[in-house]
Amino acid sequence: MTPAIDLRGVSVRFMSDRAEVTALEDVSFTLEAGSFLSLLGPSGCGKSTLLRLVADIVAPSAGTVRVLGHAPDIARRQREIGFVFQDASLLPWCNVIDNVRLPLQVGGQLRGVKPRHSAEELLALVGLAGWEKALPHELSGGMRQRVSIARALLVGPKILLMDEPFGALDEITRDRLNDELLRVWRETQTTILFVTHSIHEAAYLGQKVLMLAARPGRVRELVTIDLPEPRALAVRDTQAFGAIAARLRAVLETC
Amino acid sequence: MASGIGLAKISLAQSETPDRRAKWLAARRRAAWARFGLPLVGAATLLILWWAVIYLFKVKPFIAPAPEVVAQTLIAKFDVLASNLLPTAIEAVCGFLVGNIAAIVIATLFVHRKMLELAFFPLVVLFNSVPVVAKAPILVLLLGNGMAPKIAIAAVVCFFPTLVNMVRGLEAVSPQSMELMHVLSASRWEIFIRLRLPTSVPYLFSALKIAASTAVVGAIVGEWIGSQEGIGALIIQATYNFDSALLYATVVCGSVFSVAFFLAVRLAERLCVRWIPKGA
Repeated sequence: MTPAIDLRGVSVRFMSDRAEVTALEDVSFTLEAGSFLSLLGPSGCGKSTLLRLVADIVAPSAGTVRVLGHAPDIARRQREIGFVFQDASLLPWCNVIDNVRLPLQVGGQLRGVKPRHSAEELLALVGLAGWEKALPHELSGGMRQRVSIARALLVGPKILLMDEPFGALDEITRDRLNDELLRVWRETQTTILFVTHSIHEAAYLGQKVLMLAARPGRVRELVTIDLPEPRALAVRDTQAFGAIAARLRAVLETC
Repeated sequence: MASGIGLAKISLAQSETPDRRAKWLAARRRAAWARFGLPLVGAATLLILWWAVIYLFKVKPFIAPAPEVVAQTLIAKFDVLASNLLPTAIEAVCGFLVGNIAAIVIATLFVHRKMLELAFFPLVVLFNSVPVVAKAPILVLLLGNGMAPKIAIAAVVCFFPTLVNMVRGLEAVSPQSMELMHVLSASRWEIFIRLRLPTSVPYLFSALKIAASTAVVGAIVGEWIGSQEGIGALIIQATYNFDSALLYATVVCGSVFSVAFFLAVRLAERLCVRWIPKGA
């Protein structure tokens, strides 16, 4: 079976005024289809750059990136990729349902094609049924982020890339959305690559956690999270979870 | 004893609720008064001062008229004023449309072709730094004596603020929104229509509100230089004839039109921009 994401010896370098900055150096990893991988590392470790490589926003300076067996730009044009940003990035002049439908209105080939799930179904999936006509400024931060998740899921992507999507939310909302994300993941069987700077979030969500070290960004360790499935928030109070979190923290301190 | 306390509490609660509501209503009335009444008080103060200065210092009628004389002239010469306001209004509105549409188109070109912006924006700044009274004769020489030069002058004074604001608005798109559009494989045209243009609308309207009054000023300045009709021509005529009452009445007409134009643009803004919460 073709892996969802396959990186081989990937480096990304940016030119700046003073010197060349290496964002990622010699990164290799493979992600199986349908899995949930958390990316954890200190700031400046290139977590976001890694997501942007997969989404064809950033091009590698060296090495190869394969997404579902293709070059990233082909995966992007075939709408295999959904992206959720830290900021919900909704269009403030469009109501909720039109924001969710945005992917059908741009990008050509999908115009007129009926997606697997309707925008209404996806809003119900993220718990926002009845909010179709609301404008973004009428919603809370957590609700806005749910809308952006529904928008990313509309085209039925095989891969969902999430860049600290709950980073700006309060802890209560974040916990709730973590649980809902796991449910969405189980129901849609999408491959998820989830960037976070929270140890607990990384361990609770991911089947595996890819830990990156900073300056230059490189792979430090791939940790398998051995917790019973399906997970529920209570698992975070167990000793096993505590041990995993402690281990991740220990690795993070060397990054 | 216990029941007495209970009763006292109830009666307190009953008397308190209408009282608080009355206080709230009174506060709202005061706010409405402050919003609409105080500007009227300000205007009335100015009128009284004006009247007092004219009568106390015995100002001659050809130097400055008393307010009631201006009011009489406004009524008596309504026909003359209206027939002169019409050409000015047409020139101002046409100039407003031409200048702003040109600014929007050029801003769009600048945003999509940085080379054009780098090449021509300094020229635009230079041209803008020439005072309108200096530009006006040049345009009259070029375009003759009809409405065309006045429309051109009104357009020129509208152009610059709108260009600057529109470029800023079209570029006020967040990097994440651009990345989102990229992931969705949106074309440049789709990014323009669905992201840049709506983002720029609030910026555009702040410029249009300025342009509404400057367009009227532009048309009047254009009429000063060789024109037989219009608010500008009437101002010159009244001044040469020492007809201060007509001069003031003409100025009032021009201002009223200017304010009406501004309010129309503001109404359009309220109807178009509904996504920005009040107070933001």
